[in-house]
Amino acid sequence: MARVHYREIEGGSGGYYALLGALAALIFAGLVAAWTMEHEGHYVTGMSNRIVWGTPHVFAVFLIVAASGALNVASIASVFGRDLYKPLARLSGLLAVTLLAGGLAVLVLDLGRPDRLIVAMTHYNFKSIFAWNIFLYTGFFAVVGVYMWTLFERRLNLYSKGVGLVALLWRLVLTTGTGSIFGFLVAREPYDSALLAPLFIVMSFSFGLAIFVLVLMAACGWTGRALGEVVLKRLRELLGVFVATVLYFVAVHHLTNLYIARQHDLERFFLWEGGVYPALFWFGQVLIGGLLPLLLLFGTASRRALAAAALCVILGGLAQLYVLIIGGQAYPQRIFPDKEVSSSFFDGVVAAYAPSLPEVALGAGGVALALALTAVALKVLPFLPRSLADGDVGGSTA
Amino acid sequence: MNPHRRQLLGWGAAAAGAALAPGLRLIELAQARSPQEAASKLQRWGLLIDITKCTDCDVCVTACHEENGVSGHGRPATDAQWIRKVSLRDKRTGYAQTLPLMCQHCEDPPCVDVCPTGASFRRDDGIVLVDKHTCIGCRYCVMACPYGARSVVHEAVSGQKAGVPRGKGTVESCTLCVHRVDRGQTPACVEACNRDGGKAMAFGDLNDPAAEIHRRLKSEPSSQVRADLALNTGVRYQGL
Amino acid sequence: MMRIAAGIVVAALMAAGCADAEEKRARRIALPVFKIEKGGTCVAPIEEMRRDHMTMLLHQRDRTVRQGLREPRNSLGNCIECHASRETGSVLGKEGFCASCHAYASVSIDCFECHTPLRRQRTAARP
Repeated sequence: MARVHYREIEGGSGGYYALLGALAALIFAGLVAAWTMEHEGHYVTGMSNRIVWGTPHVFAVFLIVAASGALNVASIASVFGRDLYKPLARLSGLLAVTLLAGGLAVLVLDLGRPDRLIVAMTHYNFKSIFAWNIFLYTGFFAVVGVYMWTLFERRLNLYSKGVGLVALLWRLVLTTGTGSIFGFLVAREPYDSALLAPLFIVMSFSFGLAIFVLVLMAACGWTGRALGEVVLKRLRELLGVFVATVLYFVAVHHLTNLYIARQHDLERFFLWEGGVYPALFWFGQVLIGGLLPLLLLFGTASRRALAAAALCVILGGLAQLYVLIIGGQAYPQRIFPDKEVSSSFFDGVVAAYAPSLPEVALGAGGVALALALTAVALKVLPFLPRSLADGDVGGSTA
Repeated sequence: MNPHRRQLLGWGAAAAGAALAPGLRLIELAQARSPQEAASKLQRWGLLIDITKCTDCDVCVTACHEENGVSGHGRPATDAQWIRKVSLRDKRTGYAQTLPLMCQHCEDPPCVDVCPTGASFRRDDGIVLVDKHTCIGCRYCVMACPYGARSVVHEAVSGQKAGVPRGKGTVESCTLCVHRVDRGQTPACVEACNRDGGKAMAFGDLNDPAAEIHRRLKSEPSSQVRADLALNTGVRYQGL
Repeated sequence: MMRIAAGIVVAALMAAGCADAEEKRARRIALPVFKIEKGGTCVAPIEEMRRDHMTMLLHQRDRTVRQGLREPRNSLGNCIECHASRETGSVLGKEGFCASCHAYASVSIDCFECHTPLRRQRTAARP
């Protein structure tokens, strides 16, 4: 295979600085939001004692899940030896790191006591999945860092397969950990399922690749790099398979619940009666995040359709996590089965929640942080190949 | 303290209680631990709540929030509640009941399992607490609690009670009035219920054969909320 | 870390320093107020208290919260009983014992986010 030539992006144009400026503004707004939430207390948000994890967590979990998924392209190249993906591996690793950084920033800044982050780094309860995740996340940075080093440094290239395998396994464990944050919650019927771990893994494949595709198309488009059909076709098919897999897991999850009598109320809530949650499920998650992308990916071969599909996957993913995280809390806990329950503490009723400006600003700030880090990194180090035209990429497996 | 002495003191206290006024239990505990004595695994503090005696009143709630300085800001969605009255209605028969619900002080508390820093912990004598010094406010414990017993302090607090620290950004819940228990008193809710309410609540050491709560649990039917989760709660109910 | 560093700074400021520099500094910066209205001695020598009070409190705090050991000697409540101002009943405020020195040393105190800074005078006075 011909050697791939990488090159930093120019990064001197007005457009580049306009992009960085816009992202910086969003990051600043996110910081202001975080400061407000920390200073005033969380009552300024839409969150309450019943919905303790809100919009920031939707964004944070989305970014963290997408981060591990963004690494897939690199894994396919290094571990599974697909030459076609090799030129994309560096960008894949970069996005994995920046998306995780954005997600963690949101998660940390939403804490009730973000000033005590050091406590989280010095006191551990090893039975807590959160505690494992602290190690999984920081370890992920380290592993992907080393992995990227083996990709960049020619003398270390031969190690990239081994390190890439470690990175792949690490990211699978990481997403299992993220899914298990919810999957191990015995107290809440909407979670409490081992299925959430593999579901989160396939979600990560799908969301991560969608973001990767959009960033790749934007970066190539804006820097005048050729991006050939061979690469796009492969990414298109891959994304289609991932989207379909997510739909499959979601279907299995719901079908299981539909079969079990004690989960019928739950399914009625999420599929039909739960107001905004069924609407987001059917229109956001299933239609926009699932069926429409499948149509766009397999129905046409246009670049615009691919970009639109990737955007739909992202929107659908956010809807899915909104339903899962917020809907899962809004659905009343079943403390007394067979009883109608009422109290002054919102027992037995669907908890009200509406996203507030600070929460959305914080979440969007995290996305902006991830993108800004990516944009800066592309300028500083040669992450992108000079060309991804059909003749320049490893055609042997195309 | 040796068990024999405990028992004697227990009987003495019971006799004193009976002498003071029937039904009015001023002294529930055998004796306060000395300040130099750590909470012991030999004890397991708990509550027994007979909801057939629980009336529509909420003196337990008022007393708890007064004792612990839990005051709201007129925002029900974000104001903390350490204990609440829950009304139940059977879906088929319409049979109505009411009961106080608070932290159930599980032996295997899910909130303790999930806490990343170990701030949520179970003291040796079975009281589940939040160490607010190490709570980072992640709220994972609120997600994990099967009883919806925990609150997040959503805004700055002032005017805290001396033995009961509370602060913005951390999670809190019923402490079983640990500051009172360590002084040898009963929790505020129990005291109020037996003074002004339906006399439905009893407090004591589940492990102490001499304790009323132990004897009643041994000889009368009782149940745990969400017993299916096998958490072995320290708070037990009768008539549920 | 912060606390230890701050402790060293405070100790250094208190113990050492040539008179000249101290006078100059005094003119520029409001010095902490040490008005201890209740007589008697503290639980440890003053030098030790200035250097190590945070360690003592930290140690006691974990014993109290985790093990239920409520020895009064090194407890925060015991500090407040003696050191709260007679007028405000508090260790905070402009001339508060804790607040003024911590402001001088520029070390934030986290205690009173949750704990009351007030002396229990009323409950103590009750018969």
